[in-house]
Amino acid sequence: MNIELLSQYLVAGITYGTIYAIVAIGFNIIYNATGIINFAQGEFVMLGGMIAVSLHTVMPLPAAILAAVVATMIIGALIEVIFIRWLDNASVLRMIIITIGISIFIREAALHIWGEGVRALPYFTGTAVTVFSIGDVHISPQVLWVTGVSAIIVVLLNFFFDYTLLGRQMRACSANRDAAQLCGISAKNMVTLSFVLSAGIGALAGCVVSPITYVQYDSGTGLAIKGFTVAILGGLGNSTAAIAAGLLLGIIESFSISILPSAFKDVVSISILLLILFIRPSGIFGSVEASRLKEF
Amino acid sequence: MKAVKFLAVVLFTCIVLAAPALAKDTIKIGAILAVTGPASFLGAPEAKTLEMMVEEINKKGGIKGKQIELIIKDSGANPEKALSFAKQLIEEDKVLAIIGPSTTGETMKIKSVAEEAKAILLSCAAAEVIVNPVAKYVFKTPQMDKYAVIKIFEQMKKMNLSKAGVLSSNTGFGKAGKEQIEKLAAEYGIQIVASEVYDKAATDLTAEVTKVKAAGADAIINWSIEPAQAIVIKNARQLDFKGPIFQSHGFGNIKYVEAAGEAAEGVIFPAGRLLIADSLPKNNPQKAVLTKYKKDYESKFKEDVSTFGGHAYDAMLILTKAIEKAGSTDKEAVRDAIENLKGVVGTAGIFNFSAQDHNGLDINAFEMLTVKKGKFVILSTPTKKEGAAKKK
Repeated sequence: MNIELLSQYLVAGITYGTIYAIVAIGFNIIYNATGIINFAQGEFVMLGGMIAVSLHTVMPLPAAILAAVVATMIIGALIEVIFIRWLDNASVLRMIIITIGISIFIREAALHIWGEGVRALPYFTGTAVTVFSIGDVHISPQVLWVTGVSAIIVVLLNFFFDYTLLGRQMRACSANRDAAQLCGISAKNMVTLSFVLSAGIGALAGCVVSPITYVQYDSGTGLAIKGFTVAILGGLGNSTAAIAAGLLLGIIESFSISILPSAFKDVVSISILLLILFIRPSGIFGSVEASRLKEF
Repeated sequence: MKAVKFLAVVLFTCIVLAAPALAKDTIKIGAILAVTGPASFLGAPEAKTLEMMVEEINKKGGIKGKQIELIIKDSGANPEKALSFAKQLIEEDKVLAIIGPSTTGETMKIKSVAEEAKAILLSCAAAEVIVNPVAKYVFKTPQMDKYAVIKIFEQMKKMNLSKAGVLSSNTGFGKAGKEQIEKLAAEYGIQIVASEVYDKAATDLTAEVTKVKAAGADAIINWSIEPAQAIVIKNARQLDFKGPIFQSHGFGNIKYVEAAGEAAEGVIFPAGRLLIADSLPKNNPQKAVLTKYKKDYESKFKEDVSTFGGHAYDAMLILTKAIEKAGSTDKEAVRDAIENLKGVVGTAGIFNFSAQDHNGLDINAFEMLTVKKGKFVILSTPTKKEGAAKKK
């Protein structure tokens, strides 16, 4: 295999990886605040893409994306307030099952609103066939958009969780809900906030990946599975690790195609996930001690 | 209390006695379609088409004075559900015939049930296995995969292409197409340099296309019905693949062209003539049927017509013709009538059924189409030159 082919597989892997990673980040926020996995995360991604596509017919692209993100945030808040907020001491399992129910609900609602057709936002830069070429290696500008947006989100999130009062309050709730409440933090508001944030990030992810992956009423599920895999692989709750794990998984998948039939792509990625769960349940970059303290 | 009980019994008896009497005035037709779920792009237009047709037939006084009662079951493309719906329709609703299911997997699941119960099944799914070997009561309306593959190979030969890189999705449709391609390639002098199967939910196929390109393919043939078929052409063009890209008849949905945008230009695929109904020459025998269906559907549902809805249209058309011909709603008589139908002009082609052929369509049902400026157009007999021009 020559160097150009090798680089092309690497680029393909980066494309896969960034898509997985940007979806994975959303999982981490709600996990950070509540310790639950929000299985409706993929639906936030789908909603973001769908709403943006619909709005793009009446307004310019940046405005459509912004409006879609805000709309999805509102939906995220509503979901939390209606389905989760009033539950007292709900167990983690119960909350997870609720999120699964919500995901089915959103999917069916989307089917009724938008129908079963596939949609896509236009490429942010150039068209579907525009590429940057270095020798015989080609990369779509949209991949750079996804990478860039993921990077910005991670930097902002790290800043938010480490340096702002609100971010630290959210982490406190996750670490020990009772203690946080004794310190005067409203745990319920923090949970709502985490849904709003992750809905917004999911929607933004849906907008930037939609030119590449397209969006359909049920496209959230597929993205969520890979995003979830990556979130676990990196260590739940850690967004920087999610990016690293996403890229790692994407590149492994891409190179697996170069030597194995591509039907085995998912076999490879799921085997890696299982291996990690057996050897390091806290994820590649997760802290073993910290994960012992978590409920889930 | 006793009186109430008595009344209830009387009422119940009335309903039981009245039910068959009422039922006699209607023709019950069942439909098992994937209205929702992963194959909803097939089932949804199929269900809409049937509803539209039944409404029209009933408005005109039904078939031979009998109103049609249509019972649509949404299988969500799940073969298990299709099976239980089939049993329900046959045993409880006692339908005359079942239209559908939408997918090959579901059809194969209920094929033997229909056969055993002697229930007429008019499948809207593509694969050849549905009617080969022939089952007495099972028919299908979409064109055969085999002919689509042959059309593509003939086109490749015309364009002097011999090395095909094959991509297909891991669905029944993808698998059936891949099998036909591999079976027929040698016969047409086509060499398959790479064959990759991808997941139906794939979001990016850059690596797969890289592999096919590196294997030295001078044309890509993709066989799938999912959004992935739009992703393939986009990735191929991004990777600067210069040869032509062929798609299956599953590409016959303008949404995929819209999604792939500029990358979709020049894609070549075989399809029924519905997509280019308006630009067909006036003397084409299908023109009238196609333009009417397209106009009716698009004005009623405010969405683009797709070939998939056409498969349900054909099924209903064949059934009504057969009932008219049989002059009764006796299952055996209608079945025999279908088998003897000749020259029925449908959306997929002209149907000529026989005891050996329960599909009734030949290779002429397919037309080679291409995409020009975001629209489907008939592929003008391309010379080698044109093939080369397309590469740009």
